[in-house]
Amino acid sequence: MGRLIYYELIKTFLKKRTYIGFAIVLLIVPLIEIAMKLEGGRFLQLSMRSLQQDFFFVGNLFNGWLVSYNMMNSLWVHIPLLISFVAGDMLAGEATAGTYRLILIRPVSRSKILLSKYVSTLLYTLIFILFLAALSVGLALPLLGRGDLIVLTRGILVIPESDVAWRFVLAYLLAAWMMLTIASLAFFFSSFVENAIGPIVGTMGVIIIFTVIMVIPVELFEIIRPYLFTHYTNIWQLVFHDPVPWLEVVKSASVLGAYSLGLVLAAWLVFLKKDILS
Amino acid sequence: MAGEPILQTHTLGKLFRARLNPTRQRWAVRNLSLEVRRGDVFGFLGPNGAGKSTTIRMLLSLIDPTEGDVFLFGHSLRRERQKALRSIGGIVEKPDFYLYLSAHKNLEIVGALNGGSTSKRIFEVLELVGLEQRAFDKVKTYSHGMKQRLGIAQALLSHPELVILDEPTNGLDPQGMKEVRDLILHLAHDQKKTIFLSSHLLGEVEMVANRMAIINNGELASQGEVTKLLDEGEKYVVIKGRPVAKLRSLLSRQKLVKKTVEKNDAFHVTMGFADIPALNKILVRGGISVEALIPRRSLEDFFLSITEQQSKR
Repeated sequence: MGRLIYYELIKTFLKKRTYIGFAIVLLIVPLIEIAMKLEGGRFLQLSMRSLQQDFFFVGNLFNGWLVSYNMMNSLWVHIPLLISFVAGDMLAGEATAGTYRLILIRPVSRSKILLSKYVSTLLYTLIFILFLAALSVGLALPLLGRGDLIVLTRGILVIPESDVAWRFVLAYLLAAWMMLTIASLAFFFSSFVENAIGPIVGTMGVIIIFTVIMVIPVELFEIIRPYLFTHYTNIWQLVFHDPVPWLEVVKSASVLGAYSLGLVLAAWLVFLKKDILS
Repeated sequence: MAGEPILQTHTLGKLFRARLNPTRQRWAVRNLSLEVRRGDVFGFLGPNGAGKSTTIRMLLSLIDPTEGDVFLFGHSLRRERQKALRSIGGIVEKPDFYLYLSAHKNLEIVGALNGGSTSKRIFEVLELVGLEQRAFDKVKTYSHGMKQRLGIAQALLSHPELVILDEPTNGLDPQGMKEVRDLILHLAHDQKKTIFLSSHLLGEVEMVANRMAIINNGELASQGEVTKLLDEGEKYVVIKGRPVAKLRSLLSRQKLVKKTVEKNDAFHVTMGFADIPALNKILVRGGISVEALIPRRSLEDFFLSITEQQSKR
């Protein structure tokens, strides 16, 4: 099994499309952070103007932690697209290239092949999010300095700098966990189509539909919202609450995990019975 | 043990249904029972669309049969897939690879799926197909013929006893076709492999196969030893000579001749091959300048007759 995973990783990481996501992140993160360095202080002042009438802020609140936190908020819209780009290609890419005919005639069960591909997807997702984390935080701190983190969600929360780092580590791990659900969705779509465009469109389509259901204030939608994975995609933000709502974190992580498991099981059922006609 | 059946299909069938309209359905293969024995070069013939590739996909577990089963070395493909596929190598249609990887890396991947292959073995098979100098070049730089040869290399990587080749000379130039044919004969005679060769190039099968089956419209038309099957058909002799009118007249009066069909500037004469020298003597004595006298009983004629019969039904 280890050997199968090793060669799946070789196939994944020697493919150019794998690095498209990395290249975009490598471009966009420094771009935002440099822009923030140049203009960000003014941006923070504008966003906090109303608060400054009632509060007196001291110290360096516009710092690398704040920019990294804001970047996490904004990039989660685009990251699923980049993840589905690779995850959606895992199975469909074999169909497109005709290489199903090369690998599925071997004395290895389809279940093992699918599992090795899923593990490869999981590792790609993890590596990608860790890369984003390392680049985002690793660049922001030297560029914009350190300080306490101000979080504006349901109020104002100032997290002391000594308490910030572990929250970021956990936030990125939870974000990776959430992204694995997105990757599993793309992987599922990938199991029954013949080209990688379908899974990307399918994944983004589901995310858009679920997001629309999340924001439209209709009673029927309110009933079904807790069953949608998009209800839990803010899981990483929970660790920036004080105190951290651990029960909610565990519940969200469990639901996302159940979604991932369900999607990979569905992909497995499709893959086992799939006729290879490509 | 030489001659024992190592590949058998029992009433194999595949029904395809349209996804959106399941009432629209078509049997691609139906009631197909084949038997390939150890040491055979087994030709699997059929016109395009006859069901050859669907059959091969079922033999290699790419397609799940709707009915029947495949037995490889006595193991049911349905119940013991991994055991059944352990001693088999194959190419299904055109060989496709990970184009962004080298041939060596592609074969490493195939080897890993077969339980592991050493670099030495990879070079052995690459040498066999003449690609050892290009082992570390990306496959996307390969010509079609090279990919075809690499396809054969991957099929041989795990020392299979049975090699299933689906149209292995497709798209090759005459020289490439000859090389592949020679390779098949080498595998069969020197390396004692059993070969299952699918082709619509009838002459190719005739040159290499000892047993064959013909499939048409998804159903088995004929199966057996190539020589016996050929004997079952009608023999004829192609005769060319001048003057044509006199030749026509002479042939029409000969008792040795059962039937004469005029095609272009030649006569296709149905008769016993043993009577060819006697007929030649008669023609020469009758003042005919004999330009050609060719006995014909090719697999192509047999193949065409079988498929034509099937199509008329």
